[in-house]
Amino acid sequence: MGRWAEQQVAGWGRYPSTTALVARPETRRDIEAAFKDREGSPVLAQGMRRSYGDAALLKGCRVIDFTHINRMLSFDEHEGWLRCEAGVTIAEIVDVFLERGWFPPVVPGTKYVTVAGALASDIHGKNHHVAGSWSDHVRRVELLTANGEVVTCDRATNSDLFWATAGGQGLTGMILAMDVRLGRVRSSTTASDADQVPMIDVETIRVPDLATFLQVSAASHQREYTVGWVDGTARGRGTGRGVLMRGDWSAAPRRAVRRRAARASMARYLGSGWLINSATIKSFNTFYYRRHIRRATARTVDADRFFFPLDAVQGWNVLYGKRGFLQYQFVVPPGGGGDRVAAILEAIASSGIAASLGVIKEFGERAHGGLSFPAPGITVALDFPNTGTRLLDLLDRLDDAVASAGGRVYLAKDARLGRESFRRMYPDWSRWKEVRDAADPDQVFQSDLGRRLGLVGDAS
Amino acid sequence: MTVLILGATSPIARAIAREYAMRGNPIALAARDVAEVARHASDITIRYGVKARGYAFDALEYDRHRETVAEAARDLGPIEVGVIAFGDLGDWQRSVTDPTAARAVLETNFVGAASTAEALAQHMAPRRSGTIVGLSSVAGERGRYSNYFYGSSKGAFSLYLQGLRARLYHEGVHVLTVKPGLIDTPMTWGLRRGRIPIASPESLARAITRGVERRRDVIYHPWFWKWVMGLLRAVPESRWKRIKI
Repeated sequence: MGRWAEQQVAGWGRYPSTTALVARPETRRDIEAAFKDREGSPVLAQGMRRSYGDAALLKGCRVIDFTHINRMLSFDEHEGWLRCEAGVTIAEIVDVFLERGWFPPVVPGTKYVTVAGALASDIHGKNHHVAGSWSDHVRRVELLTANGEVVTCDRATNSDLFWATAGGQGLTGMILAMDVRLGRVRSSTTASDADQVPMIDVETIRVPDLATFLQVSAASHQREYTVGWVDGTARGRGTGRGVLMRGDWSAAPRRAVRRRAARASMARYLGSGWLINSATIKSFNTFYYRRHIRRATARTVDADRFFFPLDAVQGWNVLYGKRGFLQYQFVVPPGGGGDRVAAILEAIASSGIAASLGVIKEFGERAHGGLSFPAPGITVALDFPNTGTRLLDLLDRLDDAVASAGGRVYLAKDARLGRESFRRMYPDWSRWKEVRDAADPDQVFQSDLGRRLGLVGDAS
Repeated sequence: MTVLILGATSPIARAIAREYAMRGNPIALAARDVAEVARHASDITIRYGVKARGYAFDALEYDRHRETVAEAARDLGPIEVGVIAFGDLGDWQRSVTDPTAARAVLETNFVGAASTAEALAQHMAPRRSGTIVGLSSVAGERGRYSNYFYGSSKGAFSLYLQGLRARLYHEGVHVLTVKPGLIDTPMTWGLRRGRIPIASPESLARAITRGVERRRDVIYHPWFWKWVMGLLRAVPESRWKRIKI
């Protein structure tokens, strides 16, 4: 059939949804051919479409799907450098390398993201306080730029372009390949232990409020991985109550059970959206908090369960129904004993709009500027069923609170941030745009997110 | 047990390579785009820890086919499974007006494929061992209004494989004819999903390795295409010629 197929596309939140002409190249030559054959249209690269909003969308234009451009090109057994193509996923890296004692340097809450997406969103994970973000572990990027040339960028050559690409939401060019450094897992197994896969020792601590969360988090900086679950519906004294998990690779690897993902059909059956409303969310949150009866528990779990618990239910995003959902993730600087975060959480809980699946984490010191999200402070992510205007109004108010606190929202999760708020949150944006415009003066690379935030085209 | 895949850059070829590499077999990958097969070979080696190498191969360079087979065998050991995975769908409307375009499709899918199969047969017969896997198509079961160039080339290839199977039966070599229906590849990209199920290259690759193990003669994938094609073949020609499919 033809190279371009019209498809209805949406991000992970299934809001918004647009149509675009999509090509799915199999080879480098196919990529170049598709790029030339776009009939002057703006173009965007797309991976697993795990960004929630419109970062991977480009309405009515051309989108190139990189999921089949996924070859691993070389691996350095000593230093852990993996050179791989854009469409290689974190799931594939874990599959191939964990049993050999290597793990991606940074992993998000789902393993179904590509390495190119990981760089374009400069993703962070439970180890940000010790490892920083994805770009901290990338030394070299091959980029197909606007004039059709392949440019190699690293920290020395084309370093401006390198840093603009990290977190640049795919707007500096199309990432073809990169060198990413895998981390050694402490309890690496030997080749003879074919069934042994490293596991994680995890401690779960119940925290009754935000102040306790911050105390426990501060006392856990030595641990490789920390993350919290926060009840976005709790108010008053219980604001910020939740559960903190901290983990390290276990010294004793054990045979890991290969758990199969729950059938997608089940999620589809539950997918009309009736399951998730403010009453069910509130009861679930209370149940989840109270389930942790003891203050602290310890156990050893496999990597999938610790890092990617939601991947166990394939296609869980359909649970929110046709209108989809929005995730709101922000970071605000430390200080004030968490007062700023508490105020925002209180505003959410008292709005009457129930947020499910709250995740909270204290970031480390590393930050990269540009459009990269992580910065020192506390980050919180909350999912909201798409209830329309009321929700959008609440999120606008939150933007203002976040920006006033010197914080920002995560673009990979965003579907609706306004330009003005964006510029307050990312004061580096104009410098970023200069680099981008120099690399792409004709505005070849665009996205709906880029258009909305004034990252492409006329910046007025 | 070395596996040689000819036309190694397609998603189906990739899936077959992975399926065999997963079982620990050395993989030889041949295709026109040498840089591309080299990338595939590195990928296979890193993922599965088996030897894998890329070779230059062009379906239309008939005098080089034996050489490619011999070269791969020299590097990686006797070829036990040879997969003819290349094919050219062409643009049939162009083929109607442009004889060169029509010829490219017919020649690649039939003459090139047959020549490659002969090269594999010549390599396997003296050892009285091995399987030749030919990727034909359900499109070769009956000439259709649209893209009968592709259909006839695949039909001819199926007939050729039938004969080759009979001949090689007496020489200890097996021939498997694979007739895929709709598989998720560039050939079907953009077809409306939902009406007819589109199978993944991975499921086809598993069906092929199973077919090789069980020494099947012909497999359809997905299975229901066997019955669909049976029905379509039963339509009388006087009716068939009126249907624009």
